[in-house]
Amino acid sequence: MTNLHPDPAREPAQIELPAERRFPFSPWHPVLLPIALVMLIPMIWMVVTSFETISEARRFPPVLVPSSIQWQNYLDVLQDAPFIRWFINSTIVTTASVASNLLFCSLAGYAFARIPFFGRDAVFVLILVTLMVPFQVVMIPVFLIVKQAGLIDTLGGLILPNLAGAFGVFLLRQFFRSLPVELEEAAMIDGASRIGVLFKIVLPLSGPVLATLGVITFMWTWNDFLWPLITIYSSDNMTLQLGLTTFQGRHQASTNLLMAANMMTVLPTLILFFLAQRYFIRGIATTGLKG
Amino acid sequence: MSRVRRALQSDHVTGWAFAFPAVFLILLFGIVPIAWSAVLSFQKTNLLAPPVWVGLRNYEALTRDPLFLDSVIHTLVFTAFYVPFSVAGGLLVAIALNRKIRGIRFYRTAVIVPLVASTIATSIMFLWLFDPHFGLVNWLFEQVGLGPFGFFESADLALPSIVAVAVWGSIGFNVIIYMAALQGIPNELLEAAEIDGAGRWSIFRKIVLPLLGPATLFLVVWSTINALQLFDQVYFLTRGGPGTSTFVVVYYLFDLAFHKGLAGYGAAIAYALFVVILVLTIVQLWVGKKTVYYAS
Repeated sequence: MTNLHPDPAREPAQIELPAERRFPFSPWHPVLLPIALVMLIPMIWMVVTSFETISEARRFPPVLVPSSIQWQNYLDVLQDAPFIRWFINSTIVTTASVASNLLFCSLAGYAFARIPFFGRDAVFVLILVTLMVPFQVVMIPVFLIVKQAGLIDTLGGLILPNLAGAFGVFLLRQFFRSLPVELEEAAMIDGASRIGVLFKIVLPLSGPVLATLGVITFMWTWNDFLWPLITIYSSDNMTLQLGLTTFQGRHQASTNLLMAANMMTVLPTLILFFLAQRYFIRGIATTGLKG
Repeated sequence: MSRVRRALQSDHVTGWAFAFPAVFLILLFGIVPIAWSAVLSFQKTNLLAPPVWVGLRNYEALTRDPLFLDSVIHTLVFTAFYVPFSVAGGLLVAIALNRKIRGIRFYRTAVIVPLVASTIATSIMFLWLFDPHFGLVNWLFEQVGLGPFGFFESADLALPSIVAVAVWGSIGFNVIIYMAALQGIPNELLEAAEIDGAGRWSIFRKIVLPLLGPATLFLVVWSTINALQLFDQVYFLTRGGPGTSTFVVVYYLFDLAFHKGLAGYGAAIAYALFVVILVLTIVQLWVGKKTVYYAS
């Protein structure tokens, strides 16, 4: 029920009747190819420009194929700006958020799914309410809380509000409830504690849903912009997204360097996407289930 | 001793111990700020000096603030274009992708892959594509004898250009949701209609579209909420300009709270936005209940 991911074993519903075979190829290619091009060209153009010299990049009509591959652009970016530092900061913030979301949302999701405790349903409703409240609406008080904690302009300030999310609790609760309860009961009769049941029986069965939560949290944290923009002032504590905007401010005319810099911030998410495409897609399809 | 132990093993204690860290954090950063925002909206504060209580004056000022009204109008115009393009566009692309032909994986990946680029990365790509002097898009327009256009530098074109950037960056989400919904339509249903002699268009209109109702409702609500929160692209691409032509609500509230030292006034705007989003969501869900067909 919770799995809306396209199942390869199942025949997808064909809406249109099969076209008569007049063409040597499917008549859908002429429809799909332009769509794919529109979606890919901005990225392809970023890659192409990132390998051009500055005089090639800033020429009209545009140079579509660079005369030689300028790897030097990437080195220039690394020399011009603390990109490595920003990369490490983004990695720290993202890793901490993913790890703590997996842990805290697992614990809470399991409690909401299986343990009848005082006030459970009321608290769960409150958590669902926060899913409806956009960050933009509450960012001023969140800023004040983080300021009270003395964490403005620190990586800790970036991590703290993202340690546990309502989406993760909801997602894992729904999944845990769908597991057969008999396994857990058997383990508890054998004397296992709740924590033992969670870590030895439930979580090992939850690989895909944990991967989904991990990938979605990764993308969300890595790509976040508004919160770092409000919290961080000094260059040393910037994330890649924030650093990139300051880099753009100083290198507006060096388009080739800017595209190389952009490439370096997109690459990690691209790699993760190709490694974990199914979990990414499943995570989004699950979001739709809330509706 | 055994009483303590029994208490520790009770479901109430264990349950709370498990749930506490996440519940605490979610309430602290999700529920507390809702109440706090309300308090701030009755104050004059720059987040540094002690706040002054001003009652409803922030809200009164809102109704007479021309820049706020401009921001609301721009936000609504953005929403009015963004939602139909991304939802209807998402549906059309999902239908085109929902078939087994050679290379379909490539097409699906191409449509989904922009989703992983951040709004900032996306904005940088489009700033370059739409460059008034060297941009690829202006070069394409020149081939058909149009332009050049200064997309983000023109008061008329800046907002539509931001719509294009936002749709490009998020349409993959809608496509994924619609594809999942399309996969959920049982084949027998379509075959039965076909045997009964229904045409393609009437199958689509009478069977497929109603079955996609829940997905459509979700996407309309979701896209509307996202559109009302537009910020990143405006901050990066235009800073509200040229003039105030792309000032939108969240950009204005950010500018007030974190640049102009008017956090109380900003909080009043945030609260107004919150109420609007809440009401819109409830209305859309209510309309949906009346009109959307749920299969199960």
